[in-house]
Amino acid sequence: MCLSIPSKVTKIDKENNIATVDTMGISRDASLDLMEEGDVKIGDYVLLHIGFIMNKIDEEDALASLETYQEILDAMDEEERQKAIQESDNCPNG
Amino acid sequence: MDKLNLKDLYDGFRQPEVIKSYAKLISQEATKLPKPINIMEVCGGHTHSIMKYGLNQLLPKNVNFIHGPGCPVCVMPKERIDHAYALSLQENVILVTLGDMIKVPGSNGNLQDARAKGADVRFVYSPLDCLKIARDNENKTIIFFAIGFETTTPMTTALINQVIKKDIKNILFHINHITVPEPMRVLLDDKTNTIDAFIGPSHVSVISGSKIYDEFADKYNKPVVVSGFEPLDVMQSVLMILKQFNEERCEVEVEYSRSVSKDGNLVAQKLNDKYFERREHFRWRGIGDIANSALKLKDKYAYLDAEVKYADILPTKLIDDHKLCICGEILKGKANPKDCKVFGTACTPSSPLGSCMVSSEGACAAYYKYGNLL
Repeated sequence: MCLSIPSKVTKIDKENNIATVDTMGISRDASLDLMEEGDVKIGDYVLLHIGFIMNKIDEEDALASLETYQEILDAMDEEERQKAIQESDNCPNG
Repeated sequence: MDKLNLKDLYDGFRQPEVIKSYAKLISQEATKLPKPINIMEVCGGHTHSIMKYGLNQLLPKNVNFIHGPGCPVCVMPKERIDHAYALSLQENVILVTLGDMIKVPGSNGNLQDARAKGADVRFVYSPLDCLKIARDNENKTIIFFAIGFETTTPMTTALINQVIKKDIKNILFHINHITVPEPMRVLLDDKTNTIDAFIGPSHVSVISGSKIYDEFADKYNKPVVVSGFEPLDVMQSVLMILKQFNEERCEVEVEYSRSVSKDGNLVAQKLNDKYFERREHFRWRGIGDIANSALKLKDKYAYLDAEVKYADILPTKLIDDHKLCICGEILKGKANPKDCKVFGTACTPSSPLGSCMVSSEGACAAYYKYGNLL
């Protein structure tokens, strides 16, 4: 029940305070009643929960996490590579 | 990467290779721990992620997850389900609730059984669906049976707001909203608890902000990391908790900072404060009475309250759980679904004895579905 779905805002109907969002290819309407007026704009990433937009997803922050993941992956790859070299150096048959 | 795509918000936080890398970092960090630690994930959504992605199997032996009480369907006592059942059988009533409630057994049966008896029970995707049902059924009373933690509370108050603004006369509310910090306090006040740290709920925190956990770090000396629901969020949160122990820090940190702020969603909080006040007590299934742990409509809005309007027909008897069911101990983090004698035998998702097997967020349902212990 507490799961919310990242979505992207594609349209805003100011009169009815409703946004249309894209949830991985599916288009649906969501209420803007829980957001400050004018806060949500077309192109924003939001969390959709039982028919409402509950917040905006901070794009910069999400990108920073993904960059950290890439760095961790690169560091691990490097570690594995060093280990492989070391193992091959120590190999009596090498 | 300089631009975010919608897909990244899903796939980016589920990369198997990065999950494995985190498992390694966690293992390295865990070697420095002075003693084994138990991390309670408060929310059932996290339990689900942990089981789905097998994250518990990636942790070293001295770091354990224990599952918490954050499953609103699991902690709903049978007497409240009986209220829904009784209301649904009233003439000219349409009982509306969210899909999670379909199979939850009360003492007379579940809401599906009520339907079989002729009750008009509708399971909706959003509370706002009540508006159309009310419009299409002007001669009937629509009762919205509202459930959930802080995450779903403002969606109910937004509906109340619309009902009042649009002067809709045929929608009433049966409020069962509950809050997270109070049961966390109860668990910690129990001297036999084994909780060392918390993974804080994702979307409760989007609404309430991370500030609601300050007391657990400050007064109870338990680190809290508010985490997103994706597997990488959980793994990163575990690492953050271990670092707090190894660096002798104890604070509230937010891993899920792309969505959670310290103060939360103020528009939502304002709506909740306008219509709701604290109930003195609410009986949590398996845990018992917890003071100030639930919400109700303010007296001023009693005319919208189905509990007031239908007080004569609502059963008041308190009903205990099945004797063999250990959901109570599971919800308190003191037992694991594996410890239950009827798990997967007499109690299955298609015929659940206990509430933790009913809800998809329940620990037993997660263990059954992802069955990596059988």
